[in-house]
Parts: sequence; structure tokens; C-alpha cells
Amino acid sequence: MKKNMTDFKVVANIDLSPRIFLLKLTPADGSPMGESKPGQFVEVKVDGEPKVFLRRPISINYVDRDANQLWLLIQRAGNGTNHLVLAKEGDIINIIYPLGNGFTIDHQGKYLLIGGGVGIAPLLELGKVLKAKGSDVTFLLGGRTAGDLVLMDEFLKVGKMLVTTEDGSTIEGIDCQKGFVTMHSGLKSGEYDNIRVCGPGPMMKSVAKTVSSWTENAKPHFCEVSLENKMACGLGVCLCCVENTKDGHKCVCSEGPVFDIKDLNW
Amino acid sequence: MANLTTNIAGLEFKNPVLTASGTFGYGIEFCDFIDLNRLGGFIVKGTTLHPRQGNAYPRLAETPSGMINAVGLQNKGVDYFISHIYPQLKDFDTNVIVNLSGSCVEDYVEGAEKLNELDSIPCIELNISCPNVKAGGMGFGTKCDLAEGVVSEVRRVYNKPLIVKLTPNVTSITEIAMAVEAAGADAVSLINTVLAMAVDAERQRPVLSTVTGGLSGAAVKPIALRCVWQTYNAVKIPIVGLGGIMNATDAIEFMLCGARAIEVGTANFIDPTITVQIIDGINDYLERHGCQNVSEIVGALKI
Repeated sequence: MKKNMTDFKVVANIDLSPRIFLLKLTPADGSPMGESKPGQFVEVKVDGEPKVFLRRPISINYVDRDANQLWLLIQRAGNGTNHLVLAKEGDIINIIYPLGNGFTIDHQGKYLLIGGGVGIAPLLELGKVLKAKGSDVTFLLGGRTAGDLVLMDEFLKVGKMLVTTEDGSTIEGIDCQKGFVTMHSGLKSGEYDNIRVCGPGPMMKSVAKTVSSWTENAKPHFCEVSLENKMACGLGVCLCCVENTKDGHKCVCSEGPVFDIKDLNW
Repeated sequence: MANLTTNIAGLEFKNPVLTASGTFGYGIEFCDFIDLNRLGGFIVKGTTLHPRQGNAYPRLAETPSGMINAVGLQNKGVDYFISHIYPQLKDFDTNVIVNLSGSCVEDYVEGAEKLNELDSIPCIELNISCPNVKAGGMGFGTKCDLAEGVVSEVRRVYNKPLIVKLTPNVTSITEIAMAVEAAGADAVSLINTVLAMAVDAERQRPVLSTVTGGLSGAAVKPIALRCVWQTYNAVKIPIVGLGGIMNATDAIEFMLCGARAIEVGTANFIDPTITVQIIDGINDYLERHGCQNVSEIVGALKI
């Protein structure tokens, strides 16, 4: 898939929670966006903030082909994201995309998409594409509080919803349980053919451990996780973002960010 | 259009813009963004005789106007390069240069012998300056006798242009440059990364798995310019300048200080098209200053 470096124009910058905001972008020259796959990411150039030197890798949250829009769901975490949150409608942001390999989407059957915190971001695009292919999609999303679980209306359009919050807060009309995603009663062996996960490292490791403990015939076909190791280039050349896999060091940017849990040393 | 061709030890470069090893992969990663044939040359990822896994993660710390890496020469070895990568590179119409590193003299020599056989690799850059490997690497580049020893041994088996890449992490870079010149180097490239460190105050830990690493990016440019200028005044062989070149003006500054060619490194991470922009920018500068040949600005700094 061809990689592009493109100036995007900010269509909207929406605060969804005190920590999470949504950038809706469209190519500044009006040209149609290039292809991408769910689970791929972009490298965002952060202009006008001297503390920021490198681009920031951000997962593709949603691609709206009709509106020719790219959505990036971003959590404020450091100098880069704290500057991006200031973007105003009409501002130009330079983006390299699409990067990485994305999730495996050609399997049949029921999919459980598990997300934690801002790690829910790529699951929206993934769910949309899976649904369009006729797959049965269920989301299991976890946050510290119900306020962390943003874009729920969009997720509801795509699949069934299971939610956990650490503080027990709830969202109307959604099956909310207190605790972590691995404690949700919906995470049952034998129920799903495919599991895809994106979220904080400890949460993904915990899901991987749970799934690996299921008996052989109740295991999903494939459980993939999306990693976000610190990276510089996004192109597989700086070799900074490596994950130590069963097959040695692999670049999360170019050989991931999605990995089969069986390939990881977890 | 000014004449941008430059010559190093008899090897012609269509322009003075090369890429720095470890920031440009094997070049092919950039084919979606630029035409590699426009470059004066590109220097592929640091290669060692035997495969290396490199250091543990985390390997990266972003710092003001720069970054520190601790990759540790992860690569699949010379034989893998020859069998898998070389066939993809040999037909490019530019100088493809291999950066060769090692942890003992014998490894450097054996690697150089193998690379000497590759018709489409017209030149190697000998890395005696990597700060991220325990054995060898920078060790060879910090002592005159060791630097001279490894270069003269490689010189005996390698009969094409030999560039030796120097570390700034020394008391006197000119002494090392003179030592490798005496040992038969055709050119020197400088600087490799600056030994550095980043600390996470909240966790009270180093950011990098190896504690220390190599600083690159705009932050190191003033150090690099100083090293190039001092070395230009100390040796007769050509200098390839690098260290924090982010744009054409930076490249011109290196050439004014005596660099006959330049390497673009960390800037490739931020803008994968920056090399061709720099080529065009050098041309614009030369036209603006009424120069017909790029050689006119090499060492032209007015003191």
C-alpha cells in the first residue's frame, strides 16, 4: 500500500473528555484520501512547539470516505499531544500515512474487539470494515470512568457493546460492569472466533493470558494485539520501536503494530 | 542549474547529498516518497559481519531539538545483505554505500573483503564510532593507534574508496582524522552521534535500556560544524559532513566549513522527502550566490 505525505486541513477539533479529543481532518488540496487498513497508523508532524522534535504516531480511528475525512482520537499525554489539542479549524497538519500492517480482517465468524482507554481508537475503523464484510462484531471496551469511553454512539452503530469501568460508573443503554475488561462476563471461552485488542500494555497482556488459558478447541482462531512502542520514523528504518518477539526484535512500526499473541514473549 | 557534481577519491557523486547510515534503512523504504536516483548516494544501515540483535527496548528518547538512540547496530549481517538486499539495490543509478561496523579487526576485514566483491557498491563507510555497542565500535574511533590499526588492515583488502566515520566523543577529533588519513582512508565522515543520556525524573530511571546512547538531530549541529571545520584544517582527504542537517541551509554551512559532501540523518525521520529538498535548496543557493560549481563553496568560510 503506497505511503503518502500529505497536508491535511483540520475540519473539527472536538473535546470528548478532559483528556481525549477528536481531530477530523481532510486533505488540504481536496484530493481523495489514499487507501488504508484498520489498525494502521499515521505519523503526525507537530509544528510550532519547540519541545517537540519527532512526529507523533497516532492510530487511524475512522476513515469517512463519503466526507473524505480522517479521524484521529488522541489522548493528551505529553508535549506533542498537548500541542495538537490546540489545533483549530482550518489549521494544516502534515501527516504520513498509512503506516504499519493493520489487523487481520479476512477471517470468518464472530469478532470480539477489546479496547482500553484511548486504545479503543482503531477498533472503530476495524469494526466498521468487519461489519461491511458481514462479520458479527462485539466491542468490549474498558475505561477508568464512563467519561473515558468516548464516541459510544459511533461504536453502537457498528456492533454490540460490552463495557467495564474501574470506578463502576455506567453509560445509559450499555451493559456496564465494574472492573477491568478481563473481568467482564462477556469475555468467555468458545464464544468468539477472533479477538483483536488495543489498549495499555498490562491490559493487553492480561487479555492474552486469559485467551491463552482457554482450552484448545475453545480458543479463538487468532488473537491479535496492537502495540504502541515509542518510535521515531514509523517507516522501519530507525529500529527504535522494537518488540522482542519469538522471532527476535521486530519493528512495531513496520512489522506491526499488530501482532499475533502467539508470536510475542508475553 | 549549477553543477552539483562532487568527487571523492575518484568516485563521482551527481550531487553532494547522501544519507546517514541508520536513518535511511536500505533506501527502498523511501521509494514511496522520493526517487532514490536523485541522491548523490545513500548509505545503508550499519552492517556487521555477523547478525546482531541490538539492544533491548526502550531505545529512544526525544530531547530538545534532537533524539537519543540506543539501537546497538541491529542488523542481519553482511551475508544477508549480499543475498537479500544487494539484489534490490544494485540497479539504482546512484552510489549505494555500505556502512560497515565490527567488534574486532578481523570482523571488519572479513566484512570489507566480502563487500569489495560487490560491483554495485562503489565505496564503504567504515564505522569506528558507534557509541551503542559494548565491544569495538566507538572504541576503535577514540584511540589513534586502534583507529589507525583497523583502517590499515581494511585498506589492505578493500581497493575501492574507503570513507571512515569518526566519533565526536574524543578529546581531539583532528588527531583521529590524521591517524586514519595516514592509515589510508580516502575520506572521513563526521560526526557520528554524541554520547548522551536522558533521565525520567518521575520514575527515577534512565529512559534508555542502555542508560546512555547517541544524540542526533538539530541539537548536535554546532558540535558537528566545529568538528568539520577543525578537521578540514587538519587533513588533506575529503570530508563528508553530517550531524543535525535539517535543511539546505544547514547543508551549506557544512560545505562552507569544508565538507565536500554531506549526509542527512535524523531529518529523514521527520520528512522523508527532505533529501531532495536539500538538493534543490543547494542549487538555489549556488544560483543566488553566482556559483557555477558546488565545489566553489567547499571550505569557503571567510574567517
